[in-house]
Amino acid sequence: MKLLRIIPDGTKFRFVRFRKVSFPFSAACSLVAAFLFITVGLNFGIDFTGGTLIELQAKSGKADVALLRQTLEGLVNGEVQAQEFNNGEGVSLRYGAQPGGEQAQSETVRKVHAALDPNYEFRRVETVGPRVSGELVQNGTIGVLLAIVAVLVYLWFRFELQFAIGAIIGTMHDIVLTMGFFLITRIEFNMTSIAAILTIIGYSLNETVVVFDRTRELLRRYRRMPIAELLDLSVNSTLARTSMTATTAALSLLALVVFGGQAIEDFAKVMLCGVIVSTYSAIFISSPSLIYLGVHGKTDAEIASEEKGKLAAAKKSTSARASA
Amino acid sequence: MLRYSRAKIIGVLLTVVLGLLFVMPNFLSQGARDALRNGFGFLPSGLLPHQSIVLGLDLQGGSHVLLQVDAAAIAKTQINQLRDDVRRILHDQKVGFPGGITVTQRGVEVRIPDPAERARVMGALRDLGQPVGNAGFGGPRTLDVTEGNDGLVRLVITDAGVTDKVRHAVDQSIEVIRRRVDALGATEPNIQRQGNDRILVEVPGLQDPQKLKDLLGQTAHLEFRFVADQGAAPGDVEQLPSQETGGTLPVEKQVIVDGADLVDAQPGFDPRTNEPIVNFRFNVRGGQRFGRATAENVGRLLAIVLDNKVISAPRVNGPIPGGQGQISGRFTVEAASNLAVLLRAGALPAPLTIVEERTVGPGLGADSIAAGKLATYVASAFVALFMFAVYGVFGFFANFALLIHVMFIFALMSAFGATLTLPGIAGIVLTIGTAVDSNVLIYERIREEVHNGRALVSALEAGFTRAFATIIDSNATMLIAAFILFLMGSGPVKGFALTMVFGVLTTVITAVTMTRMMIGLWYRVRRPQVLPF
Repeated sequence: MKLLRIIPDGTKFRFVRFRKVSFPFSAACSLVAAFLFITVGLNFGIDFTGGTLIELQAKSGKADVALLRQTLEGLVNGEVQAQEFNNGEGVSLRYGAQPGGEQAQSETVRKVHAALDPNYEFRRVETVGPRVSGELVQNGTIGVLLAIVAVLVYLWFRFELQFAIGAIIGTMHDIVLTMGFFLITRIEFNMTSIAAILTIIGYSLNETVVVFDRTRELLRRYRRMPIAELLDLSVNSTLARTSMTATTAALSLLALVVFGGQAIEDFAKVMLCGVIVSTYSAIFISSPSLIYLGVHGKTDAEIASEEKGKLAAAKKSTSARASA
Repeated sequence: MLRYSRAKIIGVLLTVVLGLLFVMPNFLSQGARDALRNGFGFLPSGLLPHQSIVLGLDLQGGSHVLLQVDAAAIAKTQINQLRDDVRRILHDQKVGFPGGITVTQRGVEVRIPDPAERARVMGALRDLGQPVGNAGFGGPRTLDVTEGNDGLVRLVITDAGVTDKVRHAVDQSIEVIRRRVDALGATEPNIQRQGNDRILVEVPGLQDPQKLKDLLGQTAHLEFRFVADQGAAPGDVEQLPSQETGGTLPVEKQVIVDGADLVDAQPGFDPRTNEPIVNFRFNVRGGQRFGRATAENVGRLLAIVLDNKVISAPRVNGPIPGGQGQISGRFTVEAASNLAVLLRAGALPAPLTIVEERTVGPGLGADSIAAGKLATYVASAFVALFMFAVYGVFGFFANFALLIHVMFIFALMSAFGATLTLPGIAGIVLTIGTAVDSNVLIYERIREEVHNGRALVSALEAGFTRAFATIIDSNATMLIAAFILFLMGSGPVKGFALTMVFGVLTTVITAVTMTRMMIGLWYRVRRPQVLPF
């Protein structure tokens, strides 16, 4: 039986050289993301802005979005956003926090309910008061920062500080570009988005760690190999695995995008973007960054002194065994 | 060393059987689960796993309401009570305070000019503040009492005092809310404290969330007072809005009986007008007071005051003994039955505001489950086919391990009674994609070792050993991210984090140990010379 192979064996791509392209490219993308973040801003959901989200389904036929918007604008203060889905049978309506504190939010929902109840089924109603939304923003930000710090500490402990910094650079890059994805697609940014970003942090590090793990191993084996060559070898020898895992993750996310239903679709799209970006950054950003972070093979003097130490240790262990 | 000790093999098989046992209740009916719980035949109760996964509100439909106790209202009541206490003490001790008692932002002030009198009451005033908690001593006190210049005594409620009061109010409110929600006939509502001043109410499968909000949004403080006659002292009267007339009514401040003395309230109909009413019954103390007050005040208007609004003000036509009565107020049938529920459940110690509300209709939940199932099946099929196409028989091993892996996730979730949410399903689908990662790491390593010229059996061995450190490192980072998500997330997001945590934990067992055993067995049976991929 002929089996499928996405990456041929024994590739010798010179990935590290690509940093002359990939670094400026990523920097440009990050700048665009930052620019959009400042000028356009994220499409924050009610979790973070406060307000109400109502999802309706027409009891018969299609939803009349224009009429719905008109009805709501008569009842609600501020802008009403309406979005169709399910071939126009369903509509989601969103409006901001109503003036008059927590009580006013409930009161407005009640009015909207009374006005639309005859013709629409209320599939989902979510109201987040201004007090809670502030806390959600705070928790989300703290969570992302905490995750980054915790992983930095773990990697520092397991590898060396240079590796940890390299991995974090890659992860930050992935977060920034994922935010860029949010900004360009105008996908709503809510609590689930924070979950997606934390998962992407996990996935991105997972990708990077596998390559770094190999780098660490090769550093011990090929002590005199130039660092650029050694990094190329690390990426090439893990390339089959990297592409396999990216494919299986992408396949399952694709299933979620297509079949997961409207509520989960956005989450899956963001994750899919994250998987692609993470795979790219593990190869073209984190790994080459090690060159600049001062990871290098050992000098001859270091090797000599280490050999001596090893020899002594070996002697010690043999004598220990003999005495035992 | 692809051989395993018998003990280890038995251990793994036992784990799988245990997993199956824990997953099983999910496929049984509620009745069969109850039978498992209660035990049947020779099996004692509670021995067999009987818990199933709980579906989150986003999947089964229902309401999630976050309420906040009005701390300002509590502080206000607390200060008013303090003022009354101080006044009582000063009266009892016959101490003069010509300037009266002034209410400040956080407490009260009173000027006691005579130093001897002041010294006499200071002890009693200090005793008004109790140490927080039941420890009796130690602990911060609820009240700061200081003596200022020219005989000014300042009593300030401390932060600890306010916090303590709010905490008590939340505890009391939870009890009241539980009784109110139970009256809705909801199955297994979840009512719990969140933080210091919030209460989370989750009611699954609720058809009409508006009714829940109506029940939660009212303090339901009921009072019977008299409408003031002309010529009553203005200090003893307050104007309250009237539901009947739309205007206001002058009502005496003195309360005859309040809702705390009610023992029962039921909706009914007035036999003469056929109007919906609420029938109520007082306890003995309330009944006596009510009887006496009505006997002494025949002909006057009795104001029935709910949350500082006059519902109705009927004329007392004669003494009402026996402690029974009725409230009419142009109710609809529903309003009457709601009021009866509220009165039975008792009044909230302070008003509650809804700070967050999420309601999912049952239709949407069912659709989400169907979509989630479909996505899981398709993702599994995709991944399984792909793994088989790339790794052949080894792909089959990985797929079998994947199946066990998914089963373990569900088994762990059932064992912990964890909640499955829509993002949780997404988490499971995602772990399907990443669970094979460990297998891929191992297989690719084996391949490399074979290419480097190792014999098959030693390459298999080296593949597992060398990939293991990488698997641990790469899964640890995922676990850290998922764990933090679990700590800070709420509701559905927490469900997602939980499935991720379970997914990462079980993948190490299934992908490493189980595949290794399968490959070991395969090697011994087939005695292959070359790697089959």
